[in-house]
Amino acid sequence: MKRMSWFNVTSLTLGFAFLYLPMLVLIFYSFNASKLVTVWAGFSTRWYGELLQNEAFLDAAWVTLKVAVISSSIATVLGTMAAYVLVRGGRFLGRTLFSGMIYAPLVMPEVITGLSLLLLFIGIGLDRGVLTIVLAHTTFSMCYVSVVVSSRLVSFDRSLEEAALDLGSTPFEAFRLVTLPIIAPAVISGWLLAFTLSLDDLVIASFTAGPAATTLPIKIFSAVRLGVSPEINALSTIMILIVTVGVVTASLVSKRNALRAQNEVQAAERAAA
Amino acid sequence: MNQTVFAPWDDPNATPLIRFQNVTKRFGEFTAIDDLTLDIYAQEFFALLGPSGCGKTTMMRMLAGFETVTEGRIELAGQDIGPVPPNERAVNMMFQSYALFPHLSVWENIAFGLRRDRKTKGEITARVEEMLKLVRLEKFAQRKPHQISGGQRQRVALARSLAKAPKLLLLDEPLGALDKKLRQDTQFELMDIQETTGTTFVIVTHDQEEAMTVASRVAVMDEGRIMQVATPAAIYEYPNSVYVADFIGDVNIIEGRASPSGDEEYKLDWTEGQAPVLAKSQATFSEGQEAHLAIRPEKIRISTEKPDDAVNAMQGKVLDIAYLGNLSTYHVELPGGQVIKAQTANTRRIARRDITWEDPVWISWSATAGVMLDQ
Repeated sequence: MKRMSWFNVTSLTLGFAFLYLPMLVLIFYSFNASKLVTVWAGFSTRWYGELLQNEAFLDAAWVTLKVAVISSSIATVLGTMAAYVLVRGGRFLGRTLFSGMIYAPLVMPEVITGLSLLLLFIGIGLDRGVLTIVLAHTTFSMCYVSVVVSSRLVSFDRSLEEAALDLGSTPFEAFRLVTLPIIAPAVISGWLLAFTLSLDDLVIASFTAGPAATTLPIKIFSAVRLGVSPEINALSTIMILIVTVGVVTASLVSKRNALRAQNEVQAAERAAA
Repeated sequence: MNQTVFAPWDDPNATPLIRFQNVTKRFGEFTAIDDLTLDIYAQEFFALLGPSGCGKTTMMRMLAGFETVTEGRIELAGQDIGPVPPNERAVNMMFQSYALFPHLSVWENIAFGLRRDRKTKGEITARVEEMLKLVRLEKFAQRKPHQISGGQRQRVALARSLAKAPKLLLLDEPLGALDKKLRQDTQFELMDIQETTGTTFVIVTHDQEEAMTVASRVAVMDEGRIMQVATPAAIYEYPNSVYVADFIGDVNIIEGRASPSGDEEYKLDWTEGQAPVLAKSQATFSEGQEAHLAIRPEKIRISTEKPDDAVNAMQGKVLDIAYLGNLSTYHVELPGGQVIKAQTANTRRIARRDITWEDPVWISWSATAGVMLDQ
């Protein structure tokens, strides 16, 4: 192994400090016994206990999770369908217009998306609550799913679908039995992307949430406006923990799959030799 | 032994399995297939041969149902298959890229088509085992496509397309991805399998050797048209045009003006100051008509002395020698500047070869060695 030069060590330290110092400070103060956020008064897990007693936070967390799961699932189905049609549908009239329109929400300012959805919901007399947030999140995360899935479909060998048709599948069977299993990784990462986008969305949710349902980001934001409390630090620490576990698990799983595939190939080569 | 020759195309009472009737296919402005009529008979091993872009793959995709016919109709066993979608045709295809389903094992790949037919578990298992045995892949049934070699993948693709016992099997450049040695072995394997299963095979290829080896009949195509349909031997020995003669194998073309000189015999004046070439021809040519004489290099003899008995003999100089191991091709330049290729089998060791570069030599051929063509 080559030793790292002092320059590399410095760059690494600086970079990581820039990325993680704020979070470390937050985690550190979440274990502060004092009610004052910036005055250290000894180690305590008091705020975690109080957090669990706080009905409002727990409710908001539950709503956020529900919204994220439902909206990302719907967005995945719709986004995959849209991607499939745009990549596979051949040249139909207005195809370029349609694909442009799919991607437009990606660059649309969130405030505008939120406002237009709010006006729509008021217009059709829909009471704001979990349903409206789900609809709003589906709307904006669908195009992200569509982008991820269509980039996979472009490189997909079309003759696989033709082979399925040739062997007697209906077009739907060909999609379900051949296309979908092969593009599944892209569909899953589309879902994960939609899920994370929904989890931390503040702007659109604040337009479409009603008194009946508030998401965690809205709750935290409004709580912070009244002053940062150690409880918020504790909550944020838990969220960091969940995200870390999720990311590490995902990367471990994909690394293990890659390793296993590599072993299989090596085994096959040994058997062939 | 009373062996009947398989030649349904010569039998006026035979009904073809596939009929292309004035089929035209256009992609926008581009005409891929131009008013093409062709019959293919049951149990044939039929090869569509041509350079890339000649329309051979389009013809195959129309048979499979992936392309629609612009004009004309295609019949399979007497039925117009135009309106039948690919999944309802009794036709299976082996794709150039093999198109094996990467997420399914070899076994599952072969069973895929059978499952779609709602067959019972027992039937499926029996048929898959039978197919695995046919292509000798029993040991690899549980492997995924990426865990087997290229040649094995090719056999899985073949087994998968044969599993449903189609009336017609289409093979799109099936051996293109294999190296030469493996390709030759596989050609014979394909022929064996075709004979055992009695399936009609239509193969698309740009490799003329491959078409000649495997096919019962070959169709040579160019720019959406069929130039000639015949058995490999007939295509090679009696090409109907300069294009076909030139496309299949190596050929010398001598251009000149024909003049009749007896029973089915013509003199060809081909250059100033040289004796005319004598050639037999079934086709008739009028006095002074432009004609091309196509002669295969192996039908031309090369010698150091002037042969006494040859009908056509001329002197030239060795320009180049291509040594191929079993054969040598001599490029002989005639006084007029034309280069004629002559090929001989190397029955003696190379050290004993008596002709070398720049040597004056005689080339000669008989009146029946070549074919006279008007186009």
